Amino acid sequence: MSYLIPRSKLAQFILLVVVFLTLCFAIEPSETNVLWRFPALFAGLPGAINGFAENLMYEWFPVEVYDPDLEEYETSALVRELTRGFSRSILFCIELIRDILLGGVKTIVAFTSWDFVDEHEWAVWPALPWTVVSGASIVMGYALRGTGLALLTALATAYIAIFGQWEPAMETLSFVLIAAPVSCLLGMGLGTAAYKSVTTETILKPLLNVAQTMPHFSYLIPVMVFFGVGDHAGAIATIIFATPPMIRLTLLGLKRVPAEVVEAGSMNGCTNRQMLYKVLIPTARRDILIGTNQVIMQCLAMAVIASFIGAKGLGFNLLLALNQLRIGQALELGICIVLIAVVLDKLSLAWANRQTDYFPDESFFRRHQYRVMFLAVFGLCLLLSFLGNLVFSGGINYFYLIPHNQGITTEPFWQSGVDWMVENWYHGLQAFNNRLILDVLMPMKTAFLGMPVSATFVLIMGIGFIIGGLRSAVIVGGFLLFIAFTEWWDRALITAYMTSFAVIVSAIFGLVIGSLCAQTSLASRAILIVCDTLQTFPSFIYLIPVIMLFGVTDTSVLLAVIVYATIPAIRYTVEGLRSVPATLQDAASMSGVNRMQRWVKIEMPLAFPHIMLGLNQTVVFALFMVIIGAMIGTEDLGQYILKALSDKNGIGNGLVLGLCVAFIGLAVDHLIHTWADQKKAVLGM
Amino acid sequence: MKKLTRNIAVAMSLSLTAVSSPAMAADSSKPIVIPTHNWSSQVVMAYVIGGIFESMGNNVEYVPADTQAVYEAIRNGDVTISHEVWQSTFGASFYNAMQKGGIIDAGTHAAMTLEEMGVPQYVIDDNLCPGLPKWEALANCPEVFATADSGGKGRWLEGPQSWHGNQMPERLAGLGLDDKYMVKFAGSADALWAELESAKKDRRGVITFNWTPNFTDAEGFVFIEFPEYFDGCRVGDGGNGACGSPKGWLKKAANYKFPKTHPAAYTAFSKISFTSTDIGQMAALVDIEKMSHQDAAKKWLSAHEDVWKPFTE
Repeated sequence: MSYLIPRSKLAQFILLVVVFLTLCFAIEPSETNVLWRFPALFAGLPGAINGFAENLMYEWFPVEVYDPDLEEYETSALVRELTRGFSRSILFCIELIRDILLGGVKTIVAFTSWDFVDEHEWAVWPALPWTVVSGASIVMGYALRGTGLALLTALATAYIAIFGQWEPAMETLSFVLIAAPVSCLLGMGLGTAAYKSVTTETILKPLLNVAQTMPHFSYLIPVMVFFGVGDHAGAIATIIFATPPMIRLTLLGLKRVPAEVVEAGSMNGCTNRQMLYKVLIPTARRDILIGTNQVIMQCLAMAVIASFIGAKGLGFNLLLALNQLRIGQALELGICIVLIAVVLDKLSLAWANRQTDYFPDESFFRRHQYRVMFLAVFGLCLLLSFLGNLVFSGGINYFYLIPHNQGITTEPFWQSGVDWMVENWYHGLQAFNNRLILDVLMPMKTAFLGMPVSATFVLIMGIGFIIGGLRSAVIVGGFLLFIAFTEWWDRALITAYMTSFAVIVSAIFGLVIGSLCAQTSLASRAILIVCDTLQTFPSFIYLIPVIMLFGVTDTSVLLAVIVYATIPAIRYTVEGLRSVPATLQDAASMSGVNRMQRWVKIEMPLAFPHIMLGLNQTVVFALFMVIIGAMIGTEDLGQYILKALSDKNGIGNGLVLGLCVAFIGLAVDHLIHTWADQKKAVLGM
Repeated sequence: MKKLTRNIAVAMSLSLTAVSSPAMAADSSKPIVIPTHNWSSQVVMAYVIGGIFESMGNNVEYVPADTQAVYEAIRNGDVTISHEVWQSTFGASFYNAMQKGGIIDAGTHAAMTLEEMGVPQYVIDDNLCPGLPKWEALANCPEVFATADSGGKGRWLEGPQSWHGNQMPERLAGLGLDDKYMVKFAGSADALWAELESAKKDRRGVITFNWTPNFTDAEGFVFIEFPEYFDGCRVGDGGNGACGSPKGWLKKAANYKFPKTHPAAYTAFSKISFTSTDIGQMAALVDIEKMSHQDAAKKWLSAHEDVWKPFTE
């Protein structure tokens, strides 16, 4: 057998393509031909999952629950009561923070009852004026990091308040302030557990893989059925999405702790506990902090999607604005989300990085300066907002809260910008749009759909074999087999076609822009900030302008996908190129290379493994955005995931479709990772 | 186990009644949860109905929810009511939830709805396709409605497939128009509005799915006149699909416990019946006068006491 396989990788690859093409032409497309399409053996799977979930939720282990309103007993299920109890406790925490920031009665109700609140007019928690909240956060920024952070916080809070978005912003903040810490703690806990026990790690790994590649829409329905709708459901969906990177980075950080450090800890007689808290976690701090940063970014990236299942705040208002085609307003809301993300991220970083001064010998005032400052600002701002009552007439106290419709807005500017774009560019773009659709997209889609399933398997498993041997071939084949056995293989092919196109274009853009920006350190830093911003900026906003310019077509979807998926391609290119060691650069300069040679012969080869990991991220981002692109109108898996929201078998359909998307992502992920690891080993990295 | 939980529950309920002891048959003070979706008239009406409940002394809470998923939430008791159940878009989700139990039909609004394919007013005014809105006219001008990806045919931009499945492609086939027209499914209502807005800019022909009452009524939208609907004309009911949409209902739905926990509020809710004019007014306050949804609801409530007061009596 082995003499049939050529030695060189190139020859192997050519042989593979020849076999693939032969199969494509040889196999007859017909419904009954097993080589053309596999039978849908897993067609019953969604129904089974659904049945299981509903049984768990409504029938298994019935308990009698007293309903004080109806004054009678009802039969409920144990799991349902447990999950609802959990929901209530999360909701309580969110509402506590919300009452502090915005005022309300929910917390008081939690300790008394609605009747009590109805009877006593005074039983209302007053809202903190926006001046107080922003004053307090500015002091916090100053205390943690100094003037720079204080200024950033001031600008961000002022922007939010002046643009009249204070209320929704605080609503979003209140659920992020629960979701983010829970995700961090959960992530650190599970990460540590995985570090300590190999079994836990083996169990967690595949779960993490799936959780990070599964589109968010597919677990909205399960979350809603198990936990209900509301801010708590939004928070739980966010936690599911934001915890995996934290687990991964905690585990990575702990694994990187040098053995010498651990030994030093043991020699000093650390207990298990001390070892963890005093030695391991502080040493692994850098990676854990990157994890925290990721958690905060992910939490705010979920702000819009969480509003599909009841999270109030900026995300919901953004969807509302988009439905009215008020792009300017949506943009302002999107910027609020980015600002909250940036401020929270910087504050948490500064908090984690703060230094303890072990030899303080200071006066009372020096020691407590920040507390004093905090109290002073608190009091001053409170006073200011009271004075506001006297200054402003018309019932609106601008120092207390700037209502939504009283804030300034740049909406007319953006709106006229969009109108101008559509009026002036539409016709010019139509020619491009027609060519692209007729000459590129349609043929590509037909080609993808015209692949017999057996040929696809040969191609993908063959690539797996060439890259990583038999093991990779089997793994990748396994992922595909699952999709092939569902009834959605054709849908998956369309998803694959859109993702492939978007990834190719994004990768080219990413490489070019990334390489150009990596030339100077200033440009690199600037582009990385742009990447950070765009990553948190809600991608939903792109959907409307692209439809206006390109209609409800695949072009629109792909354009939105490309904008989003180029971000990681740029980021990893810049990071990869910037991390080429200076000594190698010097050696190259001594050999007299020119700029182009340096890029082609030195920088690119060395940065390539890192850039490939960026490509991996590009694939995941593209898959996510293709699914969101279903809101424009596609025929792929995403459309079916959206449809699952109203299906009878919603839970099962959503999850199985989500798994299909996840498995496409994981197959690519496996191939790229295996390849990059080999390359890294060759380069000695 | 059962006995133990029962005992705990009894103890808890005793302690609860000791504190609050609600009078029989009065509405519970627990908040009524009203869902808000992503279009103006629905959100304003949510605040209007909330305002009506509050005027009766009830507590109200609003929660954003997905338009399709909300029925599952009502069934589970996480949301109490839904006040805009559109026949053709949400009928399937509503009845699916009803089949599983837990959701009840709380009456119908006076507003008759129509959900149908149509064209913006200027398509008629500019005479882009002579003979519209009669459907027969479509046969003569597919090229007016062609797009890059429609393969030379005219395009019908239909709502997401989850709204009415394959009804529109089946209708095209039934009418014998399928060699001249194709159906493209948009992914969301937003996509429909964006396409209409973009088409308006250079007054190009476009056929989209739309409904009335809707904010597009203000700028003018003309529904195509298809052969009249009759029972059994759709493919699913054994016909050939060659008929238009029926005049649809706009229903209200509620969790099954709502009549028991809030009898007075439920009675009012079941009486609530808004007309197309009412709904149009509510939407216009936001879409045209650019008020916030809450302010719009307050303004509407204070201006139209004669409409809603009778519901509460």
